[in-house]
Amino acid sequence: MLLGYIFWRLVWSVPFFFAASLIAFALIQAPPGDFVTSFAATLAQSGDVVDEQRLEALRERYGLDRPFLTQYLLWISGVMRGDFGISFEWQQPVSQLIWERMGLSVALALGTLMFTWAVALPLGIYSAVRKYTVSDYVLTTVGFFGLAMPNFLLALVMMYVAVVFFGADVSGLFSEEYQRAPWSWAKFVDLLKHIWLPIAILGLSSTASLMRIMRANLLDELNKPYVTTARAKGVSEFRLLMKYPVRIALNPFVSTIGWAFPQLISGAVITAFVLSLPTAGPLLLQALLSQDMFLAGAFILLLCCLSIIGMLVSDILLAFVDPRIRYR
Amino acid sequence: MTNPVLEIQNLITEFPTRNGVFRAVDDVSLTVEAGRTLCVVGESGSGKSVTARSVLQIVDHPGRITQGRILLHRHNTARRQGDEDDIVDLAALPARGPEIRAIRGRDVAMIFQEPMSALSPVHTIGNQIVEAIRLHEAISKKDAMDRAVELLRLVEIPTPEKAIKRYTFEYSGGMRQRAMIAMAIACNPSVLIADEPTTALDVTIQAEIIDLLRRLQQETGMGMMFITHDMGVVAEIADEVAVMYRGQVVERGAPLPIFEAPKEEYTQRLLAAVKRLDEPSPRRLAMRAASPPGATALKVDRLAKHFYLSAGLLGLRKETFVAVNDASLELREGENLGIVGESGSGKTTLGRCIQGVHGTTRGAIRFTGRDGRTTDLAKLKENELRPAWREIRMVFQDPFSSLNPRMTVGQIIGEPLLLLRTHSKHSLRQRVCELLDVVGLPQSAYDRYPHAFSGGQRQRIGIARAIAPEPRVIIADEATSALDVSLRIQILDLLLDLQERMGLSFLLISHDIAVIRYFCDRIAVMHRGKIVETGETEAVCSNPTHPYTRSLLSAVPVPDPRQRGKHVRTRYRADAESAA
Amino acid sequence: MTAPDTNTALPEAATEIPDVEHSSQWKLMWWAFRRHRVAVIGGVIVLTLYFVAAFAEFLAPFAPQSTSSQNVYHPPQMPRLFYDTTYDGSGFGLHVRAFSRERDPFTLQTTYVPDPDRVIFISFFAKGTPYRLWGLIPMERRLFTASNPGDRFYLFGADRLGRDMYSRVIFGTRVSMTIGLVGVALALILGVTLGGISGYLGGVTDAVIQRFVELVLALPTIPIWLGLSAALPQDWSPLTRYFAITAILSLVGWTELARVVRGRFLALRNEDFVIAARLDGATRRRVILRHMAPSMASHIIASVTLAIPLMIIAETSLSFLGLGLQPPMVSWGVLLREAQNVQSISQAPWLFIPGAAVVLGVLSLNFLGDGIRDAADPYSEVQTS
Repeated sequence: MLLGYIFWRLVWSVPFFFAASLIAFALIQAPPGDFVTSFAATLAQSGDVVDEQRLEALRERYGLDRPFLTQYLLWISGVMRGDFGISFEWQQPVSQLIWERMGLSVALALGTLMFTWAVALPLGIYSAVRKYTVSDYVLTTVGFFGLAMPNFLLALVMMYVAVVFFGADVSGLFSEEYQRAPWSWAKFVDLLKHIWLPIAILGLSSTASLMRIMRANLLDELNKPYVTTARAKGVSEFRLLMKYPVRIALNPFVSTIGWAFPQLISGAVITAFVLSLPTAGPLLLQALLSQDMFLAGAFILLLCCLSIIGMLVSDILLAFVDPRIRYR
Repeated sequence: MTNPVLEIQNLITEFPTRNGVFRAVDDVSLTVEAGRTLCVVGESGSGKSVTARSVLQIVDHPGRITQGRILLHRHNTARRQGDEDDIVDLAALPARGPEIRAIRGRDVAMIFQEPMSALSPVHTIGNQIVEAIRLHEAISKKDAMDRAVELLRLVEIPTPEKAIKRYTFEYSGGMRQRAMIAMAIACNPSVLIADEPTTALDVTIQAEIIDLLRRLQQETGMGMMFITHDMGVVAEIADEVAVMYRGQVVERGAPLPIFEAPKEEYTQRLLAAVKRLDEPSPRRLAMRAASPPGATALKVDRLAKHFYLSAGLLGLRKETFVAVNDASLELREGENLGIVGESGSGKTTLGRCIQGVHGTTRGAIRFTGRDGRTTDLAKLKENELRPAWREIRMVFQDPFSSLNPRMTVGQIIGEPLLLLRTHSKHSLRQRVCELLDVVGLPQSAYDRYPHAFSGGQRQRIGIARAIAPEPRVIIADEATSALDVSLRIQILDLLLDLQERMGLSFLLISHDIAVIRYFCDRIAVMHRGKIVETGETEAVCSNPTHPYTRSLLSAVPVPDPRQRGKHVRTRYRADAESAA
Repeated sequence: MTAPDTNTALPEAATEIPDVEHSSQWKLMWWAFRRHRVAVIGGVIVLTLYFVAAFAEFLAPFAPQSTSSQNVYHPPQMPRLFYDTTYDGSGFGLHVRAFSRERDPFTLQTTYVPDPDRVIFISFFAKGTPYRLWGLIPMERRLFTASNPGDRFYLFGADRLGRDMYSRVIFGTRVSMTIGLVGVALALILGVTLGGISGYLGGVTDAVIQRFVELVLALPTIPIWLGLSAALPQDWSPLTRYFAITAILSLVGWTELARVVRGRFLALRNEDFVIAARLDGATRRRVILRHMAPSMASHIIASVTLAIPLMIIAETSLSFLGLGLQPPMVSWGVLLREAQNVQSISQAPWLFIPGAAVVLGVLSLNFLGDGIRDAADPYSEVQTS
């Protein structure tokens, strides 16, 4: 049963992947003019000699004078082989630029996710169990503020507070001496020293929403008959809470974990820009602004893929934790 | 009074609400004796369930016990013979403390009405039973698992070794309740509190569960507090009866005196309703004697309905489910036909097919209209059905969901008339007021919304809507099932009244033989989508020919304690219920 | 009957509100809503914000684009009542203290110090620079402005071009609050149409639409927004851009509404009272409009209210990055662009004020939406079975 479910779910994500890649390609194709022209413009701007032959070769290679679908096929078949094209702005193959930044993005999102869960779930449970008490109201209010405050605004406020009151610069993920250094234990420790603030900033709004959802889910479950049954068996209140309603109220979360993760990565774009983090976000933004097609396309495609994989993981996880799904 | 195990003394349980305190249990005193069954009987809202939950202090928030004692005599149980002073006052223990927890599930266990929702959907049955054992006894997981298998065997669940690894939703309703019972008796409790354990089940399964409980009681000697609204069940199992009404125990005693010479007015009324329901309505018999049923109004010929369940990701894969299989029926003018069957027998689907709510797969529904023309409704599209819908009307089961909460009663009843465009605005109002009168509601109901009415009143509104366009046939699908017994008979009498006045024919769909016997001239018994037997109601009831009908009738509890153990139950196991 | 023994909701409600029996859905909802005090406060703030948006020209003391090189990063001034100065004398009247500019001889940085000698008077309904209300009605009077036409005052400070932040925030309210509303309206049309079709037709159509909704949900929102906005031609007029951005926002935002509509539709379609309406002879149209729509309306209103703040945040983020609305259009996000680097905010922290406006708007919409959602089904208490 379960294996069959996973198999069909896997098969199903293939058309999703192609639909998403088509959308990504359409997006980067949308601005007027072909990108070799803008590439030429970039070159001219930086004072380089514009080599007509090279431009012609590029047009040839990416089939720019051919129809949209052919161009897409050329691009996607390159992507399949790991060739994402070249970045005009950086004059480098895209694949050399993206992986480290994607890696840091993933690390940041992972940290945020763990932070969010560690904080939001206990608080959500607490405020559901202590419904309509002062602490519930306080948590609810904080939650509402967390939801109302855009991440980047919070990042700005944090930076302001750090600069004005502590004289510290909180932007970036590394101290200056490690910025260009190769990876080492010391660099990793340095990363840990810097990453907590972006994590807290990024995590606030998702913590707030997660907490509210957990509270609502749990409140629904707390009055279910199976809770009364368990109580009538003589289960202690804490164990009862954890084993039955919390377990069931958690299901939707387990199922969103794969989905929330890519959302976090793409949600971090703006905050990363404000805090000038060396993650995917600022580079994507820059690529979009300067119409650096292949770079932007690679990021958007990767983010879409992460989302699709996330959905897949979510569905499979849900089938694991909730036996009802498996047998449907 | 020999062996009391549980004594409830002057119990008061209250629910604080926004407008003061609601007293759900008001000065209740009861005694449960070892090896005997106390039946607490009452209609909805009588406080019987809250009383039961008060014993273990698991009353829903914000309810709380404000007064009284709940004494558990542990020395009178199999577990602790001898120790004379081992009495605990459960009401005095803190609700969240370890003392009461040690008693819950061990000395006093409980089973509930809805076995589906009362068991955790994400844990296996085994897990939940093992938990119950290991909470109170220090034994290893493996030993507990073996015990659980034995318990499942004890409650007659087939292949317990496999069943124990299954989830609740893989069990059928009856099996779930058996598992629930296995869990409750896991620690050999002194008292078992059963809160309407058979209400959600079919009668044949109800009979099995009652047999099982009785057998377990004989084997273990536990005292049982059995909560029910069904006097038949009371007559079947009670050693002692307590009748509850509005939070109070109005009458207590042995079943025989209570059934035969009830002292209190409420008990008398309740039993009168039950007894009247146990025989054909004299009114109906008189009506039939005066004017026998006329020509055929509705003829259903080999009707079949298949449902296609979509499966697969795009819903392209189809699975067929046969809900109704070649059903044939005939309803004559001025006649009442009953369709009886258990859940899943296809009786509701049949009713809805005849009404034309959903299309049919095969077969014909020949309806003879007022104009004498006969049409096959099965072939018509929805807009062609409208004239027929004027003459065939429906009364729904659920008086809450069948009335649009956002419309006034006047709008609801007036809707069919409004759409017929036969009345002016003023005469429409007048007509609706007349209809309200006919169904016994005040005219002031016109501008009120459904939420202002109780279940029985809402059902009257539904009936007024049904008779508004002066139909000839009314299909009533479990129209009285959601109501208490005294209301049930009132509604049935109202329908008979309308029949006399308007010359109606009824197709009454019900799982309740008593209701059909009271109301219907002829009966059709449905089982697994097929009509297995049809005939005159009395003839079928007294002399059933099909084995399923026989088993169904033998499973119906008779509200007469003298009949207890006299009739022999037959089981129909053409295809036995299995755990999967 | 599965109703618990404590089914007492009805008499309880009846004693509290005397005429509950004759009360329609909207009245019951209003009573339920009124019990949420925070939601009512949220509603009042939302109404106020939309009022501000509607009469921005009249409420702003100065034109949002009027610059003043004399007043770059002028700090905020508090309105006061009593004054006692050497130059303007002393007395009672609404005014702010004037600031004078000083330049640090070493760092060459400009600082503002309160000038004890002068005050700037403020009068209500005074004539200011002429404007056209809604671009149509020529007017001169403003709710309040400087009594002396040449004077300027800065309740929320000034930006790097000496523009009055207070007036700009007021104009930003118009754009930001309406972009949410228009965006949600577009999303609602898309969502209701697709969700309704999906729910009503069912079968393969439903499956295809559902898969499509899943695909859109799977796409990462922010990169898609960024990509689409970046693809907008730079030479579009501000108004075209405004609508383009709104369309982009709603293109991503409609899925949630479609799911709500479809879910409610499917649930309602099989309700007994809907079947009863069919059997009463009501046409499809009448079943949907008369019998189903009222039950769905309240839920849709709640979802819509909760969707507006998401749109506002999205617009603010896009504009903040420079991909959304462009100056000279003024929105909260455009205003926050001024606060993009640490230097300017540490020098002029009042540039955060548009951010406070965002939080206020989003917070009150969330409270309002939560209140409506809780009140959306006033029958849940009554319908226990």
